[in-house]
Amino acid sequence: MALVSRRPHSEPVWMRTLFIGASVAFVGLLILLPVISVFTEAFRKGFSFYLASISDPLAMSALRLTLITAAVTLAANLVFGLAASWLIAKFSFPGRNVLLSLIDLPFAVSPVISGMVFVLLFGAQGWFGGPLARHGMQIIFATPGVILATIFVTFPFIARELIPLMQEQGAEEEEAAVLLGANGWQTFWRITVPNIRWALVYGVVLANARAMGEFGAVSVVSGHIRGRTNTLPLHVEILYNEYNFSAAFAVASLLALLALVTLIAKAALEWRIRAEERPAVMEHALEEVV
Amino acid sequence: MSRLRQHSVIPGFGLTLGYTLSYLSLIVLIPLSALALKGAAQPWSQFSEAVFDPRTLAAWRLTFGTALIASLINAFFGLIVAWTLVRYDFPGRRILDALIDVPFALPTAVSGIALTAIYSQNGWMGRWLQPLGIKAAFSPLGIVIALTFIGLPFIVRTVQPAVEDLDPAVEEAASLLGATRFTALRRVILPALQPALTAGFITAFARSLGEYGSVIFISGNMPMKTEIASLLIVTKLEQFDYSGAAAIALLMLVSSFVLLFLVNVGQWWSTRHLRRAA
Repeated sequence: MALVSRRPHSEPVWMRTLFIGASVAFVGLLILLPVISVFTEAFRKGFSFYLASISDPLAMSALRLTLITAAVTLAANLVFGLAASWLIAKFSFPGRNVLLSLIDLPFAVSPVISGMVFVLLFGAQGWFGGPLARHGMQIIFATPGVILATIFVTFPFIARELIPLMQEQGAEEEEAAVLLGANGWQTFWRITVPNIRWALVYGVVLANARAMGEFGAVSVVSGHIRGRTNTLPLHVEILYNEYNFSAAFAVASLLALLALVTLIAKAALEWRIRAEERPAVMEHALEEVV
Repeated sequence: MSRLRQHSVIPGFGLTLGYTLSYLSLIVLIPLSALALKGAAQPWSQFSEAVFDPRTLAAWRLTFGTALIASLINAFFGLIVAWTLVRYDFPGRRILDALIDVPFALPTAVSGIALTAIYSQNGWMGRWLQPLGIKAAFSPLGIVIALTFIGLPFIVRTVQPAVEDLDPAVEEAASLLGATRFTALRRVILPALQPALTAGFITAFARSLGEYGSVIFISGNMPMKTEIASLLIVTKLEQFDYSGAAAIALLMLVSSFVLLFLVNVGQWWSTRHLRRAA
């Protein structure tokens, strides 16, 4: 099977070998090497040091904030994703394409700027910073700021998976349900949700990886208060800047593990979604033949 | 309300429209307009001083220069990787394919410290580069390496579908007409992949301009030498110079909007063009 071309008209063997060799070497050096180094550096001082680093109280409080942030972010963006995709896929109205581009907007904003906009709004000199501070509410350099910045950077993830799928599925099934007497919620829970469930999980998995791993945006709003506003990626930075390299890599290895689990889940979900699409494609092909 | 949409029996138009617009405004539109106002509502002299003083100019040059070099490297290798993944079968192809997504999934701070460990003096790569007189970490080269790392998936994942969509009949025709494989690659296949390659290149470039986490560890952050624009924004924010930070951020935001707008226009144009040709 080695070096077999998947097409009849193909490159000579030397060229194929060269291309495969170059690809493997480039990806191996550029991408695989850093992943391996995270784990070797993490265990450089032995397993007990590793365990001590990840169970350190400051690491645990960073983990707690990361989990809380991810949970709130995913819930908020999930509700938005469902509302936006229902709106865009089931109705046609003027300005729909503008709305689609606006939903994608946060993808074009760099991490630091994504955090900074909330500093401009809620910081000491910001639009709402003064009035909120007088009522004892702190957004920036506190958990709400971390959550807001994370919601911003993961804003399009779930909506973007759901909208094209729901557009493709159309509104016929929902219309039938409504005409048969189902109310809106029944239609949504019994017709729409089962139809989109894998894409929904897919979007949540991708959004979760970004939510737990976000660095730039969170770094700007968090204020790096240890044990209070540090997320796992920020804790990695602090340990690293203190030359506590092995501990930094130990905590980083948790995030790398999350990335690997995400990639495996992503591959499994893609396989699943394709397997569900195949019968539909076959049906379509049959219709064309008939 | 009902005049806004075509008649439909499905409920929930008002609810979802209201919710979507409010949430979009609160999370995205109002915060971004705060930046636009803060950046634009300052005297021109103050704006230009923030954006064009020597330290910021050096940061612009470094940011755009390293992003350009990294995206060019990725355009070259990304094309080869995408081609290899679609056209050849070899042991480990699926693993290679999965590895392409690692830079998307790995938190940028993690890739940042890992790349620094590898390319610093005693690292796995640094120890070979050091005797050759090449300083990778804490130099512009380190920034190029980090930006190449984060940019690769953008190019591969854009070119891959284009390679899959190539019409085998065209390649067949080229070879029947007597073209060598190399000529076919250069004259027939490369032009067909060029729109996707350009789109991937611009996307990777735009993403590289704003990259922060993977760069700041390996760059060393010396003003005038290895300080990128994003870091300068953070520095200004830490000094409570919100106007200066907003000025730099606004220019950066406009550059990436223009670049991504070009990608969209290009894609719109090429699908129209293709449809007309077909």
